[in-house]
Amino acid sequence: MNKLSSLYKSIKPRIKELKLSLYLLKRNKLTYFALVVIAMLVLIAVFAPYIAPFPSHIYGSTNPEDSLLPPGSKYFFGTDELGRDIFSRVLYGTRISLQTALLTVALALLIGVPLGAIAGTLGGFIDEAIMRVTDIFLSFPPLLLAIAIAAFLGPSLTNAMLAIAISWWPWYTRLVRGQAVSLRERQFVKAARAIGTPPLRIIFGHIVPNCIAPVIVQASMDLGGVILTASALSFLGLGAQPPTPEWGLMVSTSRTYFLNGWWYSIFPGLAIFFTVLAFNLLGDGLREILDPKTRQY
Amino acid sequence: MDICYEIKDLKVGFETFEGFKRALDIKHLEIYKGETFGLVGESGAGKSVLALTSLKLLPIPPGVIESGEILLNGENILNKNEKQIREIRGKKISMIFQDPMSSLNPVFTVGEQIVRVIVNNQKVSRREAEKKAVEMINMVKLPDAKNIMRKYPHELSGGQRQRVIIAVALSCGAEFLIADEPTRNLDVTIQAGILKLIYELKKELKMTTLFIANNMSLVSAICDRIGILHEGRIVEIGSVHEVVQNPKHPYTQILRNAIPRNPSVLNRIMVKEDLEEGIEGCGYYKRCPHRKPVCKNNLPEMQLVEGTHYVACFKEFERGEPDE
Repeated sequence: MNKLSSLYKSIKPRIKELKLSLYLLKRNKLTYFALVVIAMLVLIAVFAPYIAPFPSHIYGSTNPEDSLLPPGSKYFFGTDELGRDIFSRVLYGTRISLQTALLTVALALLIGVPLGAIAGTLGGFIDEAIMRVTDIFLSFPPLLLAIAIAAFLGPSLTNAMLAIAISWWPWYTRLVRGQAVSLRERQFVKAARAIGTPPLRIIFGHIVPNCIAPVIVQASMDLGGVILTASALSFLGLGAQPPTPEWGLMVSTSRTYFLNGWWYSIFPGLAIFFTVLAFNLLGDGLREILDPKTRQY
Repeated sequence: MDICYEIKDLKVGFETFEGFKRALDIKHLEIYKGETFGLVGESGAGKSVLALTSLKLLPIPPGVIESGEILLNGENILNKNEKQIREIRGKKISMIFQDPMSSLNPVFTVGEQIVRVIVNNQKVSRREAEKKAVEMINMVKLPDAKNIMRKYPHELSGGQRQRVIIAVALSCGAEFLIADEPTRNLDVTIQAGILKLIYELKKELKMTTLFIANNMSLVSAICDRIGILHEGRIVEIGSVHEVVQNPKHPYTQILRNAIPRNPSVLNRIMVKEDLEEGIEGCGYYKRCPHRKPVCKNNLPEMQLVEGTHYVACFKEFERGEPDE
């Protein structure tokens, strides 16, 4: 009993902080909305094949007699030129987009964060070398670089993801390096060195954990950006290939039928719009919650 | 007595925009095994530079170690490479930093931080390290160790944090501890508690300690010997009794009386001025109330007063010359 109460006493502040975060989340209506949208998107992504009314339409099967039907009670979002249910395809597209976004951002983080932390902490020649390479990457317009890499690797969704990650990591490197440079002068880093902590352990045990907050904010905003870029690549024919129900690809194909089938491009476009918006709002909200200075009580 | 820590002819400076500035110039200093040596000096005297140099943590550049040796048990620290010095940091020499508010990593619980240091340094399992961490927290006299372990630094008070930092510094089993103004930024009652703790731990662990402070009364409470550092030079050295009761160097005398007890004292305190370039003699020349022509161009050597008491001042030894 005594043990339990001591445990409770020490956990109590944690619970209080969690409650504060939830409270701040609730006060910030837009972030709350974003979180609800994202939760729904995740659910849709997980259960897409089961909730889609026409799972067979997701990939190969065609249904020419129902081609380009407007939205109705059978096909909520109408059908495309091959008679496939756009609603089912948009639902499944959620899974593809979220997967793309998460994997790409994770890959970019995996490259960018350690490089930034190493550059910022060690300084000197290593810093110069890493940051100049970063500068070279940053001197290209991001979409153009991604297009060039995707074109070089050959069109496929995996290559598009690689291409985006390669054009994306320098932003994290820069962000983390800036943090690391100021962190390495902090007393606790000096104290860690004074008791003989090796450099790698300082970088990953002290510097990186202290940069997490801004990185999370940036990454959650980038999730939207990556979805947008991936869609753009697919739109240009450098990403997902038909018959994959990728949103950008669907918008691209729909251009031909836009005049007599507005629904074909509108619904995938709306899906992109809401997803990107939700991630951006979430990023903004997280910044407010994680940084006490921008909090508005 | 065995010598634990020894400085020979150490000269350290900084390369700055305004040219080279000497920060430390210590001819000789030795600290015996088991003793507590207090180093006193005003801010800018070079106390922290000495502490950082002893661990090779001084940023180079702008820092420059011109010459000299720092010996720990006879081994020169200054010519060790980065890997060798890491074996010394924490395991042989440990350091407590000035500011308890920022010496702990804000994103981990204090327990986690102590445990990590123990795991890294003593090659024991995590479970064992946790047990040891609790012991360490008990040793620095913090109540309810298990509860403290789960707290983040910002949930502790300054005094509690400094105790945790002492626990971290001691958990590697160093034989030589450098305490760089460990009571700075703490209020007076907490200072007394931390002092008492360091005093007790030092007796318990038989550790050699270099205690750095800017306040003589602080140091005299727990130290065996005292050195007075002024502008990078040691101007007076001796046992606590000798230096505090019978200060010989004018700077020491002023330092001892530096805590203003009534307004009349305020007039006597000479405020630190910018170093004047080109003075070859005593670094205290400009501020010295007893200065003489000889002080301007000649550097006084350390000379024995009595017992273990040494001082570097012409006033003491050239009585032949007329005073004032």
